[in-house]
Amino acid sequence: MSAILIFMAGLAAVAIWWLTQQRLTAKPWLEAGSTDAFPRTEAPAIEPAKLGVGVLLAVIGAMFMLLVSAYFMRMAYADWQAPPMPRVLWVNTAMLALASVALQCAVTAAHGGQLGNLRLALAIGTLASLAFLGGQLVAWRDLSAGGYFAIDNPAISFFYMMTALHGLHILGGLVALGRTDLRAWRSAPAGRLTLSVELCALYWHGLFVVWLVLFAVLMGWAADFIDICRQLLS
Amino acid sequence: MAFLQGKFPSECREEQRVAIALVLVLIVVGSVLFHVLSPWWWTPIASNWGYIDTTLVITFWITGAVFAAVVLFMAYCVYRFRHKEGQKAHYEPESRKLESWLTVATAIGVAAMLAPGLYVWKQFVTVPDDATEVEVVAQQWQWSFRLPGADGKLGTSNARLVSSDNPLGINPEDPNGQDDVVVEAADLHLPIDKPVKMLLRSIDVLHDFYVPEFRAKMDMVPGMITYFWFTPTRTGTFEVLCAELCGVGHNFMRGVVMVDTDQDYATWLQQQSTFAQLSDPAKVGVLVEPGRSKATVK
Amino acid sequence: MVDVTPHGADFIPPAEVAEVELYHPHSWWTKYVFSQDAKVIAIQYSGTALAIGLVALVLSWLMRLQLAFPGTFDFITPEAYYQFMTMHGMIMVIYLLTALFLGGFGNYLIPLMVGARDMAFPYVNMLSYWIYLLAVLVLVGGFFAPGGPTGAGWTLYPPQAITSGTPGGSDWGIIVMLASLILFIIGFTMGGLNYVVTVLQGRTRGMTLMRLPLTVWGIFTATVMALLAFPALFVACVMMLFDRVIGSSFFMPAIVEMGEQSPHSGGSPIMFQHLFWFFGHPEVYIVALPAFGIVSDLISTHARKNIFGYRMMVWAIVGIGALSFVVWAHHMYVSGMHPYFGFFFATTTLIIAVPTAIKVYNWVLTLWRGDIHLTLPMLFALAFIVTFVNGGLTGLFLGNVVVDVPLSDTMFVVAHFHMVMGVAPILVVFGAIYHWYPKITGRMLNEAMGRFHFWVTFVGAYLIFFPMHYVGLVGVPRRYPELGETAFIPPSVHTLNEFITIAALTVGFAQMVFLFNLIWSIRHGKEAGDNPWRATTLEWQTASTPPPHGNFGKELPVVHRWAYDYSVPGAPQDFIAQNDPWQPTGGRE
Repeated sequence: MSAILIFMAGLAAVAIWWLTQQRLTAKPWLEAGSTDAFPRTEAPAIEPAKLGVGVLLAVIGAMFMLLVSAYFMRMAYADWQAPPMPRVLWVNTAMLALASVALQCAVTAAHGGQLGNLRLALAIGTLASLAFLGGQLVAWRDLSAGGYFAIDNPAISFFYMMTALHGLHILGGLVALGRTDLRAWRSAPAGRLTLSVELCALYWHGLFVVWLVLFAVLMGWAADFIDICRQLLS
Repeated sequence: MAFLQGKFPSECREEQRVAIALVLVLIVVGSVLFHVLSPWWWTPIASNWGYIDTTLVITFWITGAVFAAVVLFMAYCVYRFRHKEGQKAHYEPESRKLESWLTVATAIGVAAMLAPGLYVWKQFVTVPDDATEVEVVAQQWQWSFRLPGADGKLGTSNARLVSSDNPLGINPEDPNGQDDVVVEAADLHLPIDKPVKMLLRSIDVLHDFYVPEFRAKMDMVPGMITYFWFTPTRTGTFEVLCAELCGVGHNFMRGVVMVDTDQDYATWLQQQSTFAQLSDPAKVGVLVEPGRSKATVK
Repeated sequence: MVDVTPHGADFIPPAEVAEVELYHPHSWWTKYVFSQDAKVIAIQYSGTALAIGLVALVLSWLMRLQLAFPGTFDFITPEAYYQFMTMHGMIMVIYLLTALFLGGFGNYLIPLMVGARDMAFPYVNMLSYWIYLLAVLVLVGGFFAPGGPTGAGWTLYPPQAITSGTPGGSDWGIIVMLASLILFIIGFTMGGLNYVVTVLQGRTRGMTLMRLPLTVWGIFTATVMALLAFPALFVACVMMLFDRVIGSSFFMPAIVEMGEQSPHSGGSPIMFQHLFWFFGHPEVYIVALPAFGIVSDLISTHARKNIFGYRMMVWAIVGIGALSFVVWAHHMYVSGMHPYFGFFFATTTLIIAVPTAIKVYNWVLTLWRGDIHLTLPMLFALAFIVTFVNGGLTGLFLGNVVVDVPLSDTMFVVAHFHMVMGVAPILVVFGAIYHWYPKITGRMLNEAMGRFHFWVTFVGAYLIFFPMHYVGLVGVPRRYPELGETAFIPPSVHTLNEFITIAALTVGFAQMVFLFNLIWSIRHGKEAGDNPWRATTLEWQTASTPPPHGNFGKELPVVHRWAYDYSVPGAPQDFIAQNDPWQPTGGRE
């Protein structure tokens, strides 16, 4: 359970940092009246929807870190045999990175009110994400063509399960991104699209980071890294 | 008195206000009397784990005192400070001093329970070197046992090897396993005053080897071998129950452990068959019919 | 839903929110059924939770009847008993308590108490309820599935949960259960996002964190915990579905199932237990923390005294929430995990007793020198303290690793967790309903029926669960549909079992009176007015009762003080509302 505990410790650090700004040691019964003297104790000035996506990403992150924890726990058993990973995963990673970068460009374009650039960036982001999903399906086909099915070995079961869950989250994001695309093509003013584009970009960055972690775990680098750490400690 | 304008709805009558205080007192008195007078208490111990009972009793004293103190204090408050015409609550947001004292006192009470607990746990998980190994094998819904033979070692085993000829899945290739004494679906005997390490194995689902008189128990997990140790200190017949839900026959999964004097134990052991005898009866010429299971499912 | 115009960095929540920004219902359907108003969603959540809870209550009667009079009722076979037991546990913990505290009370109270018009994302909030309802329907569908619902116990431990020796294990029961849980978690996450973001962002002007009522603190912390803990159950459910449906070996080792070699190999049943309890232990506090918060407000309001040691109470809530993520394996002392974990988890578990004890002290110290009005909410709050202290203290037995060894898997455990997370939170639920019903409906609940309900429930529940500890001490294991002949158990235990069953049926009957009262008082209760308890928090300061769509009038309230200004020296009344700008002449203290 070490992976999830490290993740939770990270979240706890953020929470503690934020709470320390909130004057939790103040004596509220002595402070009746205006709070103008303590400006940061009011509701934070982030857009609620962004905070919502942020919290959602924390939940999604916790879920995948739990899967990673389970992966490491299961790995310790004798019957574990990691399959050779399909090469197409490298291409897929690049595609998801491209989508993430494109959406970041879309954010810039939306802020600048450049509708043409916005449409281009959104189109690239959407297509690259679709390419990523298609590439994941190719990876599944390659694995099963090589004779590796989900029930043969837990390492393969984990591969199918993790990629499927991650793909479902991308798919859910594509619904929101598709709606944003539609609105961009219906020529809504770029300024009004800003928030939707920002939310999509935030979500894509989050899922890209999750994918990088999963990729490292599935490729076996994470386990190697842990081994090195262990050797350094002992 | 301006702050009394407006009446609180649903205020109860004076008798009822006193009644709730009285009931709170009765709960404390009743609970203590129930604890002291009721006939329901643990079964007489038959193992070396008297320390566990001691820790439990310490916990009872500390927690009982806290429970009585908190509820009686509450009863007093309810009686003494119940609403009366013209009464006004005292204004006191907090008292760091009182809260600190209470925190420290609580921490000491908790430590007083934790320290003996961890001390005894250390003993619980440290198996003495001279403990004899006894294997318990659970399956839906019966108990079987295996004792190391003359070589003092148990052979390896694997659930994949389980068949009607080899119900415990003992590895026939392993020379250590040939002289193992197999007690399939019958009573287990243990010699008194000799520490035993119970090696626990399941071939289907989770079970838990539970003899109330021994106090110790542990889950049995398919795919791994768990253990606990104890020393029987009293001869007699003890019932084995399953304490981890294992399907519809869970409560019928019973067995028997008999703690014998050394002499009785030796006699019993002589009558048992080894794995080699059971798996190749023609060569050895002995066939002991395994005892009928008590754990028949309705 | 998320199409809100962006604000600059210097954005301050306006005290005035234009009515046009609110979602407005256009028809009866969107006003009462597919409503996006948090108050309607709260009532939908609560109604559904109470309805399914009633099913679980009836199941508990059937189990008690079987335990007291084994063999009398032919239809309660061992299979049926295990199915009743599993459904009872799962419904009570997840579909009743979690849904009621967070979906019900959370939805109703958070926006009103923090001074918001509604939740941050009303559309997502509505979806949350409908997915929850779907989860409940799927769960109930288990009763009609071939082979019936699963009988694996609410812990669903593999391999037993998905093998043929367990009801529903090789049929549809377990699949339906896992599907329902997955739905519940998706639905809850949608609601949870709302509760968290609304507390963080929706607070009205002047409502700093340290001015929040403890109810909001409790629900907020519990929601954060639930958002992070439920993924563990989600992952465990998905993995078990893989094992059950396609035959993978995450949790399933090589086993011999009813004489047949299974296709699985190498899996780890203990891994499931780690995942399950990583969710399961925080879950206890997900139910307890809202109860802690609510009971603090009930005691303070009805004793006309500020909650004693507010700051400690806040810190304790946050501390308990954080600590509860590192104690999970105390449910696994005898699971066969590495025995040295016992040292760590026993220590963390007993440490958590300290902040919990502080909360108890502060509740009773709030009573000290108070002006105690023994209203129904106060009575239930007192009853909560008694049962919670009792159940919490027996938790010290089970958390202290070596004491747990003889007691684990006995009726002592059953008595403990029913007392601490069954009876105690349910008493808070009742207290809270008696307290806020006047706000929700505009009328008081009937007093006589309420008192009958209180006395029977409190005394009855104590009589059920206090003696049950001793059944466990004798050594009676839990999850036994009947004891059979067992030498070490004296026959008197059977008499005690009959007594417990009679008490349980009586308490169950009292709940029918309560449900009747809920319906009867909508029309026949006394008019309550806007603030019958003369309470300080914002939900009682609305212009009309029940609060209209948008909660407050044209202007949102501006908060001037914390939530506990009761009996302040020099004040004109024995309470000062949070939005009351009153200042003492010459300063206080």
